[in-house]
Amino acid sequence: MSKPYEVRVEKVQPLSILATDGTIVNQEEMPKLSDDQLRELMRRMVFTRTWDQRAVNLTRQGRLGFYAPVSGQEATMVGSEFVLNRDDFICPGYRDMPQIVWHGLPMYQAFLYSRGHQHGGQIPQDVHVLMPQIIIGAQYLHAMGVAMAFKKRGEKRVAITYTGDGGSSEGDFYEAMNFAGAFKLPAIFVVQNNGYAITTPFAKQTAAESVAHKAVAAGIRGVQVDGMDVLAVAKAVQDAAERARNGEGATLIEAITYRFLPHSMSGDDPSKYRTKEETAEWEQKDPLHRLRELLKSKGLWTEEEENQIIEEAKATVAEQIKKAEETEKMTVPGLIDSMFETTPSHLEEQKAEFLGKGEK
Amino acid sequence: MAQMTMIQAIKDAMRVELQRDPNVLLFGEDVGKVGGVFRATEGLQAEFGEERVFDTPLAESAIGGLAVGLAVQGFRPVAEIQFVGFIFEAMDQICVQAARLRYRSGGRYQAPIVFRTPFGGGVKAAELHTDPLEGLMVQTPGIKVIVPSNPYDAKGLLISAIRDNDPVFFMEHLNLYRSFRAEVPEGEYTVPIGKANVVREGKDVTIITYGAMVHTSLKAAEEIEKQRGVKVEVIDLRTLMPLDIDTIVESIKKTNRAIVVQEAQKSAGVAAEVIAQINEKAILHLEAPVLRVAPPDTVYPFAQIEDQWLPSPASVIAGLNKVLDF
Ligand SMILES: Cc1ncc(C[n+]2csc(CCOP(=O)(O)OP(=O)(O)O)c2C)c(N)n1
Repeated sequence: MSKPYEVRVEKVQPLSILATDGTIVNQEEMPKLSDDQLRELMRRMVFTRTWDQRAVNLTRQGRLGFYAPVSGQEATMVGSEFVLNRDDFICPGYRDMPQIVWHGLPMYQAFLYSRGHQHGGQIPQDVHVLMPQIIIGAQYLHAMGVAMAFKKRGEKRVAITYTGDGGSSEGDFYEAMNFAGAFKLPAIFVVQNNGYAITTPFAKQTAAESVAHKAVAAGIRGVQVDGMDVLAVAKAVQDAAERARNGEGATLIEAITYRFLPHSMSGDDPSKYRTKEETAEWEQKDPLHRLRELLKSKGLWTEEEENQIIEEAKATVAEQIKKAEETEKMTVPGLIDSMFETTPSHLEEQKAEFLGKGEK
Repeated sequence: MAQMTMIQAIKDAMRVELQRDPNVLLFGEDVGKVGGVFRATEGLQAEFGEERVFDTPLAESAIGGLAVGLAVQGFRPVAEIQFVGFIFEAMDQICVQAARLRYRSGGRYQAPIVFRTPFGGGVKAAELHTDPLEGLMVQTPGIKVIVPSNPYDAKGLLISAIRDNDPVFFMEHLNLYRSFRAEVPEGEYTVPIGKANVVREGKDVTIITYGAMVHTSLKAAEEIEKQRGVKVEVIDLRTLMPLDIDTIVESIKKTNRAIVVQEAQKSAGVAAEVIAQINEKAILHLEAPVLRVAPPDTVYPFAQIEDQWLPSPASVIAGLNKVLDF
């Protein structure tokens, strides 16, 4: 029996709207989305799945560099971005390419980023995103800062950021949420809990009842959603954004999801740390399947349409990777000039030295 | 003796020490069941159990602080920071808390910790996975810094590091992990910390270097001998802090000329320190200024141009020619 002065936190029930067979089980939580928007959500998830599969192949062919697969997580990625406004700001982690591309970053730049080309990070002026973050947790702090800027200027914009379940162990994660709480900032912190940080299972990551509970300590709102359910994700983000715009502060959203593929394409073998049965079980919850079934039942979706989108995605990927490959290569003098607004003399000297050296 | 890659030699060092001393503990992100992203600890959890070899949550500052706390209690932690760029998250624990523990406690506590981390370019890894950050560490009072260049040294130096009663920052070059095999004795042996190694004898000019640049420098030395008949001496520093200035001075007395080759950005790093000490201790033996062959002072570049950015045998030869023709 716990004492009255002990803090208690109960189990949460993840928000769920779409059952795995595509039926709606929670009508009153339905996000505000028209039929056309539902179809667009589906289109984007299909497109993203195809793009991911192509990207995995391109990595195997050596045409992409570092790449972190996203299949399985489309509902969380696509659904959370979809309900934002164009001028809301995204601070992504390394896996969060779909969100920033759907938010406006040209796909070929995402490919350039993967190929280790600086232009991948040169975000167009009217696209409100940061480059993907490698340092896990750092993006949470940036989102918190961006959110403060919106608040200071009285703009009704929100900052959204993402990390994984592993990322929720970093100090940066707590510091960001705590600041957002203390300053009541319009920020949305998403944790994509896909069960593993590379190989480390969630059970070894934390003894907390859930990631969502960590919001309690920061004094912000915490919610948990079925991250394979695009409608639940959309609803949770809509709510969080509305609260943020109304000055009610930040939300932590834990999306329970799964990645079907390896952690990254740089050599991890999922069979060493998870079972086939486990993966098969999660495949039953495939976010694409669920929305497809719902749309079909409403007469809003056909197989031909889906095949057409797949072809369209393949063509786009082919064209965008070509564009990436044709982008002028970086140079070391160019790199030297990108260090400061005005290149200091010692670097000018090093540039001259480098140019004098010719072919190395 | 066995033929081992550097990664096998590193694992072997940890196995030997886990066996020898029950206070040795291994931990970090993903080091347990799978044996780390490079398999440096593969099989060690199965052999020594989860109490000795374990995964931590994803939090570098906590990994560093855990090591300090365990060390205060008499354990000898070997903590892996998964990739070098992530040490920044643990900087306070490594550079302040561990490195100053002996000093702050007047010797009451010590920090016999090894922080192991992969680093090093030429492998086209993602951002912040390869940065040569040894300069930051060398500037931190109270921590020793080791960068092995081959399997034999890696094992012997890591055993020395684990037995050392002060914190050691042990940097393992990604490009050397599996690039070649060498003879490595089974069981225990040590390579002393703070002792450089003359890996090639010569009389005309000295290259002072460490890590993967030892191999680049050896290639350059052979090439320039063919080109113009000069005999290059190559010194592998092995330990950057403390620095073995005696071996360097001895060599300069013989060759009277030197260059320092490093993979890290040019300014204010290890090469600058080596040259400062040469000035202090051997200036009258020099026939030419000592030059640095090093990349420019930029961030470690994105993958696409790292090969151009890193010193190559050709750029080392260019440096050698400059001091030879001074
Ligand atoms: C500060 C920091 N530490 C370690 C790493 C290496 N690393 C890259 S991904 C990863 C696991 C991340 O797991 P999680 O946050 O659960 O995200 P997921 O990739 O599963 O979505 C680790 C340890 C890193 N990039 N940054």
